[in-house]
Amino acid sequence: MASTQVIPTRMELTRLKRKLVTARKGHKLLKDKRDELMRQFLEMVKVNMDLRKGVEAGIHAANRNFVIAKAGMDEATLHTALMAPKQEVSLEVGKKNVMSVNIPVFETKTRTADENDIYSYGFAFTSSDLDGAVKSLADILPDMLKLAEIEKACQLMAAEIEKTRRRVNALEHVIIPQTMEDIKYISMKLDENERSSQVRLMKVKDMMLKEAHGWE
Amino acid sequence: MYKIGVLGDYDSIYGFATLGIETFPVDASGAGEKIKELIAGDYRVIYITEALASEIQPELEKYEEQITPALILIPGITGNTGDGVANVKASVEKAVGSDILFGEE
Repeated sequence: MASTQVIPTRMELTRLKRKLVTARKGHKLLKDKRDELMRQFLEMVKVNMDLRKGVEAGIHAANRNFVIAKAGMDEATLHTALMAPKQEVSLEVGKKNVMSVNIPVFETKTRTADENDIYSYGFAFTSSDLDGAVKSLADILPDMLKLAEIEKACQLMAAEIEKTRRRVNALEHVIIPQTMEDIKYISMKLDENERSSQVRLMKVKDMMLKEAHGWE
Repeated sequence: MYKIGVLGDYDSIYGFATLGIETFPVDASGAGEKIKELIAGDYRVIYITEALASEIQPELEKYEEQITPALILIPGITGNTGDGVANVKASVEKAVGSDILFGEE
């Protein structure tokens, strides 16, 4: 249904025709964007899920190791052993642009050159289980960082896909049909006006002829 | 130069200290404040135990659409609540409209 606010003028008709062309072009572009984003997202989210499962299993195992380590020594010794960490991880944050979505790229640096330099205690008073526990946690750290990067990227892309999908649907189901309807309404109205002025002119001509010459 | 932090109950997170990641043992009442504080500081990746995260969910959602910080759930010592996996599924659902990948698992 044509909305009642449309003014049936030639200027408006030209404007609407231009709007329709733009809307169609935009619709096509956004649809392509949505499809490509979706493809990349689906690839990424599979990696995300695998990484997450790996990390969760790893942390679970590490936690178990820590519990065993804790059982083998008294709490004060454990606290002292872990009190002053030797290693320090710092983070560099970069950005990557994937289909106009900015996703983070994390890079880590360890303070000491040897990243396996993680045992912050002498080995004399701690149980060997603790060494194993610390090692098992250290082993999953790279995966944890990758997980942070990918999971964040997935969240951002999911939000962008949702937005793009809404735009595509709005264009496809609202803006484009509405504009076409308006164009139709205006051209019909203009035709109608033309016909009515034609008829009026013919009528006037008849009346004038009748007055001047008495023609019927 | 940014930093990485871990939030959760002490027993779940003390091991991370050895790796050079800073640990912040907090409970649910102080967690919201702590997160704000860490983000205002230079923490760009923050791991949170699932148990704690479920308590402060509204706080976490605020940061979901920002490029950083990345708030990542990890299982705590009391076990896996499945929230982390559920989050991944939720993002699939958000993007696709329904969970077509992991639905049957």
